[in-house]
Amino acid sequence: MNSTALVLRRGLRRLAFYCFCVMIASLCLFPFYWAVVSSFKGGTEIFATDLIPRCLTWQNYFTIFQDTTFGYAFVNSVIVSFSTVSIALLVATLASFALARIPFRGRKRVLCAILSVTMFPQVAILSGMFELIRVLDLYNQRSALILSYMTMTVPFTTWTLTSFMREVPKELEEAAIIDGAGSFTILTKIFFPIVSPALVTTGLLAFIAAWNEFLFALTFTLTDKARTVPVAIAMLSGASQHELPWGNIMAASVLVTLPLVALVMIFQRRIISGLTAGAIKG
Amino acid sequence: MQQHSSLSKTAWLFMTPCLLVLFVVAAWPLLRTFMLSLTNARLEDITHAQWIGSANFRDLFVDAEWWGAVTNTLLFAAFSVPCEAILGLMIALVLHKTFKGRGLLRAAVLVPWAIPTIVSARMWGWMLHDVYGIINELLVRLGAIAAPLPWTASPTLSFVTIVLVDVWKTTPFMALLLLAGLQALPQDCFEAALVDGVSRKRIFFRITMPLLRPTLIIALIFRTLDALRVFDLVYILSSGDSNTETMSIYARRHFVDYANVGYGSAAAVCLFFVVALVTVFYINMGRRNILGDA
Repeated sequence: MNSTALVLRRGLRRLAFYCFCVMIASLCLFPFYWAVVSSFKGGTEIFATDLIPRCLTWQNYFTIFQDTTFGYAFVNSVIVSFSTVSIALLVATLASFALARIPFRGRKRVLCAILSVTMFPQVAILSGMFELIRVLDLYNQRSALILSYMTMTVPFTTWTLTSFMREVPKELEEAAIIDGAGSFTILTKIFFPIVSPALVTTGLLAFIAAWNEFLFALTFTLTDKARTVPVAIAMLSGASQHELPWGNIMAASVLVTLPLVALVMIFQRRIISGLTAGAIKG
Repeated sequence: MQQHSSLSKTAWLFMTPCLLVLFVVAAWPLLRTFMLSLTNARLEDITHAQWIGSANFRDLFVDAEWWGAVTNTLLFAAFSVPCEAILGLMIALVLHKTFKGRGLLRAAVLVPWAIPTIVSARMWGWMLHDVYGIINELLVRLGAIAAPLPWTASPTLSFVTIVLVDVWKTTPFMALLLLAGLQALPQDCFEAALVDGVSRKRIFFRITMPLLRPTLIIALIFRTLDALRVFDLVYILSSGDSNTETMSIYARRHFVDYANVGYGSAAAVCLFFVVALVTVFYINMGRRNILGDA
């Protein structure tokens, strides 16, 4: 009697636990699900609130590509994000190797300075950056965004890569030093292959940051020529403020989010290790 | 000794590109913002501005809208960050267990984090639409509310909405940081406590929480700084509403919409100091944790 009660209690506890898990998962996923569902509804169907849609249409997706705005924005986002990540990784790899592996005076200070840059609010450099972009004649160009995105990606990638590089065992390096290899050779021949997974992780995080950035993209661009997707989505509007084209907005939202959701599903473990490396082990 | 100095030369050489970039895109613009905050610069012609001393700051400090923005920002941080910490801790504790489908749950939790803020603001804006939104529909059908609520239109409700969407979007980050912290805890304490027959509740409050404290503090402060500079979410969810305007939005509004670069910069400088204060506090409090034995 007593043991059946125990089994029952354990079963109930497990059931409650799984219910809780299902609840968390559905809270996390439902808004995206609803965006997908809404994006496939045409006409007045979008105002229906059935959880499972009755008829689906690609109409919204056609509409957003009829106008060149969204297509342009997508291309801009891809170019800006990839360029930002490449430059940031190049600069950060060199710096983080020095910060993690070479003992020198002032290292702590440099690390502190880099960390403090990751913390300051973007608005604080808005006017200074705007002036710089005007002086360099980059206003409303993709390069203005690439330049300003360095502010967030370079310190972040340097910080994260430094904490990854610290974990590489010393023995490998020492063997190379005994063989007479210079610092640059050690970096390219020994460290590069070992930390390449960390580079992918860090690159992914920087890519997501650049892809999602809004404030700079909104301020430093003016026309479709340089606008990125987040700005394009923010600008999608209908006849009036109160008549937003929700179907189109949802279709555009789904298209920008899909690459990110795919990346998250594929690189789940790596993304988590990257997110926490900078904060905890660093 | 000679080898040491050549090594340190190499180190600085390796860091040169990074430091150069940081000077151009961070230190210099920041310095210019500080300088511009003391001038009457206009957006059309920033470089030809006149020095007007602290006039911008004097105007700022008597502007009720500015203090409204300060209050909104602080309230936003004060409400959203603790909610995120509590929910994040709960999710982290769940993910710390081993069970079937754990990987799936972890992937699901990452989705809100990966979705661009603009998109999540739009998605929630649609779900919370006062007439056609699914949330009003569900709540009415369940009988939780009598009539649809104006989630993004009423002053107090739109504040609640913004906090809610921020909690949805950033709790995953909190959960993952705390999960990493949990996984790094020494297992022997827990084993010893279990052998001694200590209750789960007691283990949680007497062992897990104190050990997790450093991680929790770091996560809290990361989030606080993020919350203080909030921009995108509020910009999309309640554009132009002074009831929810934050410091970042106030600064940008004066800078871009009113073309008043000097005044906008002054507001940005104030925000910078608020964030810097919290950061200094953080670095002093967690110096050992952050820099380790570097």
